[in-house]
Amino acid sequence: METKVMNCIMCPLGCEMTVTLDDQGRFLSVTGNTCPRGAKYAENEITAPKRMLTTTVRIHGGLLPLLPVVSADVLPKEKVADCVAYLRTVEVNAPIATGDVVVENILGLGVNIVASRGMESLS
Amino acid sequence: MKFFRETDVVVIGGGIVGTAILRELSKYDLRCLLVEKEPDLAIGTTKANSAICHAGFDAPTGSLKASTNVRGNALYHEIQDELGLDIKWCGSLVVATEEEQVAQLEELLERGKANGVPGLKILSREEVLEQESNLTNAVAALWAPTAGVMWPFGCALKFAQCAVQNGAQVIRDCEVTGFVKEDGAIDLVNTTKGAIKTRFVINAAGVYADVVARMAGDESFSIHPRKGEYILFDKMAAADLVWGIVFPCPTKKSKGILVCTTTHGNTFIGPNAQDLDDEGREDTSVSTPGMDEIIAGARKLVPNLPMGAAITQFSGLRAVSDTGDFVLGASPVKGFFNAAGTQSPGLTAAPAIAEVLVEAIGKEMHLTRKTNFKAALPHKKAFNKMSLSEKTAVVAEDSQYGRVICRCETVTEGEIVDAIREPVGARTLDGVKRRTRAGMGRCQGGFCGPRVTQILARELQIPVPEVLKERQDSHMYYEKFAPEVDK
Amino acid sequence: MMETYDVVIVGGGPGGLSAAFSAWQNGAKKILVIERDRELGGILQQCIHNGFGLHHFKEELTGPGYAARCIELVKDKPEITTLVDTMVLEVRPDKTVVAVSPEKGLFTVQGKTVILTMGCRERTRGAIRIPGERPAGVFTAGAAQRMVNMEGYLPGKKIVILGSGDIGLIMARRMSLEGCKVQAVLEICPFSNGLTRNIVQCLDDFSIPLYLSHTIVKIKGRDRVEGVTVAKVDDKMRPIPGTEFDIDCDTLLLSVGLIPENELSTMLGVELAPLTNGPRVDQHRQTNLPGVYAAGNVVHVHDLVDFVSDEAEIAGKFAALEAQGKLDTDTRTVEVRAVNGVRTCVPQVLHLPEANESFRLFMRVGAPARKVTLEVKCGDEVVLSRMLPVVKPSEMIALDIPAEKAALMHDEITVGLKVKED
Repeated sequence: METKVMNCIMCPLGCEMTVTLDDQGRFLSVTGNTCPRGAKYAENEITAPKRMLTTTVRIHGGLLPLLPVVSADVLPKEKVADCVAYLRTVEVNAPIATGDVVVENILGLGVNIVASRGMESLS
Repeated sequence: MKFFRETDVVVIGGGIVGTAILRELSKYDLRCLLVEKEPDLAIGTTKANSAICHAGFDAPTGSLKASTNVRGNALYHEIQDELGLDIKWCGSLVVATEEEQVAQLEELLERGKANGVPGLKILSREEVLEQESNLTNAVAALWAPTAGVMWPFGCALKFAQCAVQNGAQVIRDCEVTGFVKEDGAIDLVNTTKGAIKTRFVINAAGVYADVVARMAGDESFSIHPRKGEYILFDKMAAADLVWGIVFPCPTKKSKGILVCTTTHGNTFIGPNAQDLDDEGREDTSVSTPGMDEIIAGARKLVPNLPMGAAITQFSGLRAVSDTGDFVLGASPVKGFFNAAGTQSPGLTAAPAIAEVLVEAIGKEMHLTRKTNFKAALPHKKAFNKMSLSEKTAVVAEDSQYGRVICRCETVTEGEIVDAIREPVGARTLDGVKRRTRAGMGRCQGGFCGPRVTQILARELQIPVPEVLKERQDSHMYYEKFAPEVDK
Repeated sequence: MMETYDVVIVGGGPGGLSAAFSAWQNGAKKILVIERDRELGGILQQCIHNGFGLHHFKEELTGPGYAARCIELVKDKPEITTLVDTMVLEVRPDKTVVAVSPEKGLFTVQGKTVILTMGCRERTRGAIRIPGERPAGVFTAGAAQRMVNMEGYLPGKKIVILGSGDIGLIMARRMSLEGCKVQAVLEICPFSNGLTRNIVQCLDDFSIPLYLSHTIVKIKGRDRVEGVTVAKVDDKMRPIPGTEFDIDCDTLLLSVGLIPENELSTMLGVELAPLTNGPRVDQHRQTNLPGVYAAGNVVHVHDLVDFVSDEAEIAGKFAALEAQGKLDTDTRTVEVRAVNGVRTCVPQVLHLPEANESFRLFMRVGAPARKVTLEVKCGDEVVLSRMLPVVKPSEMIALDIPAEKAALMHDEITVGLKVKED
């Protein structure tokens, strides 16, 4: 058995929670949370932490050299670095509209990477 | 021997003294050029000092300091308009805060008269307070009406630009590495950009003047750096400080910690005086004990310092020679001349030092004055100082004046481009800042820094990562997608 | 001839655009938005992270996504003109506005009303006086953010961040994702001024240490930053001698606070409130000058852009009504004073009509606290109170006052935390 201290991020209260794990590092229980949302967060954060990803890709022919992009849904936390590395190699051409898919199903994770904003073609 | 330039006189060092000499040389029919080791002129001692055009009562009568100070002050009055120099002739006060110090004022008054300083006068406490209401500790003061404050960088730049418009050359990023002599006389100056063939060298290398002299075989003097730290106050604090130049009674080592206005309307306190060893020639850091020292010193003059209005701190190095006076003129090495040890009042003395040096060169070669010397520089008005109709006209002529890059000081793209393209133009972010005030305002370049960097890259035709803030290794940015960051 | 507009808006960020949209909704027929940058959207365009818009658009958006929504609101409306790459040089009390752009040159327009939405700027090294050299490699976090997210350049490779507000934390993650090493985040306060979410996802995820009650006592390096010397601070935020240690870095990012940008307001004669450093405004966001309104970060620094939009919509609405002569000017004046733990409150004054109206108060506390009661009092009478589970200086509190409660207010109200009785 092992315990882990974490701060809840679900609301401004920021409860300090203590999570108990079994010997395989699996979630057992949580204390210190004020509400059920905290418990759910703690369990998710231990079993399968997920993150949104925002970054930029190169764009040609637009007002700016970079296009901001966002994952359409959360990604497994441990895959974020791989996704960023992949996106560094991606280049797109203006025009682009807000929400356009820049990378479909990134690294087979079932999540699209989409444009955060549009960018018109300068020419 | 291979060389990349051939000239009559090489001036080493692009500070106020070097540039003043170059301008003086450019009045004559000869070839002259100036080499500066940094990417911009005047970023050593000239950049960070008290910026005062001294009246000349301080230096011992008969010294080079005294004679060139008084002459230099008069010359600035003469050339101010033709060069468009930014000098505010506000006069200076030396304040006695104890009865015992009044005798010292009398002594300064007599010395000043002997040095030929005009208009000196002892003021009573009441007369002092009438001028400077915050000097509540004053007992009496020495008033010197011919003193003023100036913008030393701008002045050095104008000297250089005037010289360039009269045929002189300025080569920056060019450090002297040695000399080659022929029959004991200077023949070549080796630099990081190659060798320059010349008849004469004038050494105005500031805190490095003794290092340069030794390279040439002149060991007649040595220089040590003396650091002075300053605190600068916001313009709005002027009413709580002083309107002019206020010295305490001087000590043996320096003119003391003063409270003084600047041409931009800010006020500063400082400097202290710390003697550094040879390693200190690059030490322009500021320290907490140093700050405490100058605050304590300034409080003797202005007891209620508005410390909340302090906006920045800086320090500068004075080049102090072991001879006790300026080192001016011919050296034991044939063809090698010094303009060294030019600590205070070097800034004031610079145009007079230039005359002394040119006269010394004149003893070695026949000098003929140019008949077509162009003394006046074109005057430029800052966009934010223009009237609405002037602004309308300048934008109509060049649309780049319609794009405001620095919001705090309202500096336009047109002005920044001009500052880069003008003779001896800016090549660095700080160079643009000094020439245009872009980045000098409240946000300190937060908004405009990136944009000025991009304008510099465009105008100099270099990639953004090669743009410098100030010195050779002061790169600002890296390419985001450069391979080495990928790992 | 000089063009006349119902509403002239200085600044095309989320505040200006929301104000323009609201003015349009409320009947203004000619609206001008003047933006100095090359495109609309303001600072949001460089804030590529998500977390914006949950309150205002009921949807989680990135900064550019939020900006796009605001731009969408003003687009293709013949009543709204937007100018970019245009700098306002002066706003005069007669509500003429002088501006300049490369395309249009210098020009003057007449506003029936003017809304100031210039936003804010970052505090700098000079303002906090860090001793040491002045090398390249010291940037405000926002300046670095723009270079990284919009221009394609990195400020350095080994980073120390001073200040743990959200911008500092977001930049810690950004730089880590860009392949840089973030050595530490330093915070002079004993608590972080950022959201817990950002501490977890921007620092913990990347194993970046956060040093609370620490500050930088020296910047090292002559040409480029070579490191910083850090010290622990005492409860008065003074460095404690003997606690110094060095951190190796080539870049220092400063995230040490934001200051409303009020140079134009001051030149115009707008009265500023001392603690917010922004114009003193009434519940319509009208300043002390008739017909001159202000909203968003120029009034007080917000933590949520959603509130900027809300506030700008108020300014837009009432500026539009005033331009049409529909604003009730027969009002009673009620001063609003922040007391007992509440540091600032906007609006600072109310001009309440006979019929009364609902409005919203925005407040910040001076120190973090848990389980407190916020009270709005008029004299000794408690007009409204609300229990709050937690308050932090970094999180703005919004409190809606219904019209029937406004009816109870006269002369002066106070907003404060209820003093606990033992």
